[in-house]
Amino acid sequence: MFAILNFIGLWVLKLLEESGRVMILFIRTLGLTFRPPFDLRGLLRQIERVGVNSIPVVLITGAFTGMVLALQSYTGFKRFNAEAFVGTVVALSMTRELGPVLSGLMVSGRIGSAMAAELGTMQVTEQIDALYTLATNPIKYLVVPRFLASLIIMPVLTVFADAVGMLGGYAVSVYLLGSNPTIYIRRTYDYLDLEDIYIGLLKACVFGMIIAIIGCYQGFNAQGGAEGVGKATTRAVVLSSLLILIANYFITALFF
Amino acid sequence: MRTEDESMNGKQCQRGSDETMILVKDLYKSFGQNHVLRGLSLEVKCGESMVVIGGSGTGKSVLIKCVIGLLHHDRGEIYVDGQEISSLSEEGWNQLRKKFGMLFQRDALFDSLSVWENVGFALRRHTKLSDAKIKDMAVEKLKLVGMQNVENLMPAELSGGMRKRVSLARAIAMEPAILLYDEPTTGLDPIMANVINDLIVTMREKLEVTSIAITHDMNSAYRIGDRIAMLYKGQIIEVGTPDEFKASRNPIVQQFIRGDVEGPITQGADFHLKLS
Repeated sequence: MFAILNFIGLWVLKLLEESGRVMILFIRTLGLTFRPPFDLRGLLRQIERVGVNSIPVVLITGAFTGMVLALQSYTGFKRFNAEAFVGTVVALSMTRELGPVLSGLMVSGRIGSAMAAELGTMQVTEQIDALYTLATNPIKYLVVPRFLASLIIMPVLTVFADAVGMLGGYAVSVYLLGSNPTIYIRRTYDYLDLEDIYIGLLKACVFGMIIAIIGCYQGFNAQGGAEGVGKATTRAVVLSSLLILIANYFITALFF
Repeated sequence: MRTEDESMNGKQCQRGSDETMILVKDLYKSFGQNHVLRGLSLEVKCGESMVVIGGSGTGKSVLIKCVIGLLHHDRGEIYVDGQEISSLSEEGWNQLRKKFGMLFQRDALFDSLSVWENVGFALRRHTKLSDAKIKDMAVEKLKLVGMQNVENLMPAELSGGMRKRVSLARAIAMEPAILLYDEPTTGLDPIMANVINDLIVTMREKLEVTSIAITHDMNSAYRIGDRIAMLYKGQIIEVGTPDEFKASRNPIVQQFIRGDVEGPITQGADFHLKLS
């Protein structure tokens, strides 16, 4: 009995401690983001890695999600003769929900893991210590450009995902299921508000911050060689994916 | 006479100076239940080359990491160039660390940057010099450690001994007053180890730096040290010149420098050698 309580207690303590340390990293990163010198070259390099190289993955994810969404909602809506609203459902689901969430999950798998692996390797090979000895703050040098790049690029990727998702939905509805293209576009246009897109983009920004902070945090805390780096990488992906889903609910509830 | 620019990162001084550069007083550092440093005291004079020896896991690395602020000590005082370090702000640390250069055990080169970018890293961050000028200076430093035509290579393309030398070039790029060497010869063949030893001696003579080297390689300790200090059970148990060390009557020192399996260090419950 005491063993179980002890276990739970330790687990809770560890959870609180870790959350606190993640928050500290987040706050210090925010503080250093606005303090000169600004490392434009590092930022551009990260934007290339986080953004440009993620575009194919996000496009494919978005397109197929929009397509399957059209197919599934058509099946359901047909039962009560509401096929005309497929376009609305695809547009709302993509912009409010699936565009940001799926892009976030894909980027977390692609980039969050890479950040944890790269910084983790630097940690276990003393490169992070070397930065300190060269009078360079590793948060300023390593975390800030990754953080900013994720923050800037996630909304952009989300816009791409939204766009190809809606195009995919349109293609499936019109060319496969024979919907009327004019009505499809009309229904999309009439019921989609700019606010839906803004909420999606706000989510994307939050997810971008989660991916970078968790990835970098896990990397900094990697210990003990290749195995430690592997563990840090796994933890980065699992934790940032979970946090993305949790944050997603709360942001949605906030703007409900 | 030195120009202001040359001594921008602290004072260099002649060997045999009576001034103290680094003073460690009654230092304690624990990791959980593992009490690594237990009241360690050590004084390093300006321009002196101090070698700290001791077995694996005795806390040699912990000591120099405390001196440069990579670890924070629990109790005790550390003075660097007259400045007590435990009350330093982050900005204060950044200023103080510019006086230091450190050579890491695993060289710690940035593998995403080329050799010259590694060597010129601090110059790029802390000066307004152009990249072309910094590259020239990096080439200069590389020449000082006996490396030529490598500036455009990536660290992964270098051998272990070459990486160590590039790392040393990086450590001296800002012309520091103090150099810290963390096991400089570990993992190198005997010839390369002596190349590094000779370089360390050269650094001391050419750059007039104060240095602390930690090692368990006695050959290296005798070669590079003005004085040697032995760390045992969290304290410095003996300090002296290489000749004094060789003649030491302390049985712990004698066992360590001869590398005997039997002796006071290996007695006790936590040290069993099973050869079967």
